[in-house]
Amino acid sequence: MDAIFVFEQLLNGLGYGLMLFLIAAGLTLVFGIMDTMNLAHGSLYMAGAYVAARVHEASASFALAVAVAVAVTVAVAAVLEFLVIRRLYRRDHLVQVLATFGIILIADDAVKAIWGVAPLLASTPAALAGPVQLFEGLPYPSYRLLLIGAGLAVALGLYLLVNNTRVGMLVRAGASNRQMAEFMGVRVGAVFAFVFALGAGLAALAGALMAPISSVQIGMGEAILIPALVVIVIGGIGSVRGAFVAALLVGLVDTAGRAFLPPALRAVLPPSVAADLGPALAGIAMYVLMAAVLTLKPAGLFPARG
Amino acid sequence: MQSMKKFAVALALCSAAAAHAADIKVGIALDISGPFAALGAEARDGFELAIEKLGGKLGGQPAEFIRTDFGGNPEQANQLVARYLQRDKIDFFTGPIGSNAALAVGPALFAAKVPYLSANPGPSAYAGEKCSPWFFAQYQNDTYDEAAGKVANEKGYRNVVLIAPNYPAGKDHLNGFKRLYKGAVKDEIYTKLGQIDYAAEIAQIRAAKPDAVFFFLPGAMGINFVKQFVGGGLKDVPLIAPGFSADEDVIQAVGEPMLGVLNTAHWTHDLQNPANAEFVSSFRKKYDGRYPSVYAAMAYDTLMAMDAAVRDAGGKVEDREAVLKALKNPSFKSLRGEFRYGANNFPVQNYYLREVGKDAEGRITNKLVGTTLEQHQDAYVGACKM
Repeated sequence: MDAIFVFEQLLNGLGYGLMLFLIAAGLTLVFGIMDTMNLAHGSLYMAGAYVAARVHEASASFALAVAVAVAVTVAVAAVLEFLVIRRLYRRDHLVQVLATFGIILIADDAVKAIWGVAPLLASTPAALAGPVQLFEGLPYPSYRLLLIGAGLAVALGLYLLVNNTRVGMLVRAGASNRQMAEFMGVRVGAVFAFVFALGAGLAALAGALMAPISSVQIGMGEAILIPALVVIVIGGIGSVRGAFVAALLVGLVDTAGRAFLPPALRAVLPPSVAADLGPALAGIAMYVLMAAVLTLKPAGLFPARG
Repeated sequence: MQSMKKFAVALALCSAAAAHAADIKVGIALDISGPFAALGAEARDGFELAIEKLGGKLGGQPAEFIRTDFGGNPEQANQLVARYLQRDKIDFFTGPIGSNAALAVGPALFAAKVPYLSANPGPSAYAGEKCSPWFFAQYQNDTYDEAAGKVANEKGYRNVVLIAPNYPAGKDHLNGFKRLYKGAVKDEIYTKLGQIDYAAEIAQIRAAKPDAVFFFLPGAMGINFVKQFVGGGLKDVPLIAPGFSADEDVIQAVGEPMLGVLNTAHWTHDLQNPANAEFVSSFRKKYDGRYPSVYAAMAYDTLMAMDAAVRDAGGKVEDREAVLKALKNPSFKSLRGEFRYGANNFPVQNYYLREVGKDAEGRITNKLVGTTLEQHQDAYVGACKM
């Protein structure tokens, strides 16, 4: 295990963490500001991936595919907000979970009806298909570098939006105390609709960017939802900054667990025990992290509500 | 009075029709939603082509093919089989894609003496200790991996890295590979079930510098892995897989990065025999040009086996012993070519090496390379007492 290997794994963890951040940012905003649990967030991620894969294949332009995917998903989300989510804001969490779980089932069947059950082809843009030589002995997938770049850019953009703009101020006000914001004359309905669309756009961006390195198929939204939920719980619900830190933590811990735990265990335990224990421990690493954080800070690392 | 007579005649006619309509009933448990949906849809297309080809009959007799989706859920499969047995009184059963569903529904079918012709899974339990005269397999799960191990020997790969999800089937498949592989296993990587990101594992593989990588990662996991493996600059490290991890569904979803993947199966669409040539051309005609996968081929073969068995049993499906005898000595022309059943009703057959390449039209698909194992029998037959 040399320095290059460790560095590469850190880079992998960073990339995975940033992808989780894109999904978790939208989820945490919606939950923190609207107090609405939207399990169908994963379905928006799936929609982004499917539209991007299709447009990319038809137009051969990856940038266009990402743009169309975000636009279509935001439009779908706006309709969804108007028809269903809007009615859930003042209901309790169980109703929200049930309703949005229903949306997942409908979304999965809708995708099946439109695109069929077989996974879709989503190719990497030709210019980024191969690795680049970062330095001697480390070829790194150029597409993953793009993901890291995109993730950091979005994080910076969100930071500026939330902290330095008027909309961001309203969003923060809504997140820290919704009732007070309403009393102060914030048009909460409009802020809600904006936040929901923003979250959907981020989920679609994540889906479109992940499509070339993952399987575009029904159920992909549910698979990513679980780590995203872990991220928002660790980060503190409603906090974009918390989601960012937690996503990087989860990405690094998960990657490090898979990369370093099995060989480390093999060094100290008999091979048969290590072979069983290593993957099992690596699989639960991010949940252990969550439990540890919640023990020390029950509201997460950066709770939005003081 | 007149109307009473008419009524009686109508009743008599009805019951006569009912008696005549004692069609042969085939219960097909479709797997077209849930975890195996993509494979189940392939199997369904194979069944439908076979039903069309047979004109809706089995052995020349009218037959009813009852098709119901059970969503890949063993519990639901159990309920469906109970309904098939009690209400529909089926004469044959087939369908499930997953080994878990096959293991769940077996006991009820065997107790009711209904032949279960597997359209895909061949779990080791049914090949060994829990074997049953009522179960007929297409292959035993490990045999694909055994063939892959032999391929690695023949290619001269001295050290390989193995990768599979951390669940019982993952370990079984890697053990199957190791059974015939003679070189060194540099590393055995077990991943989370349903893992999305494989960057950490790919870095480990790069550090291990193996001659080849053997992967068993079904469905989405395999698609994720191969895309990221090639993107990570390991294109020159050969990939070997059991056929399930490199069939048409995976190839069409991964595209170019699949080129060159070696995989093993008991059938390929370019296998040379008249029955197969006819099947592949009519499949491509019916389903807009796409190549059938092994699941479609097995589904098709399953109904052809039933057809031949009914004919050979003289059309008397109630005589279950005669049907069993006919099933055991199949007279139909299988798409896979010559095979026979071993003592455990698992086939003794050839296994082939396929390589993902391009066909004459530039379509990415599996191409037959050669025969890896000739008339190969599974490793569990010795444990079967029946």
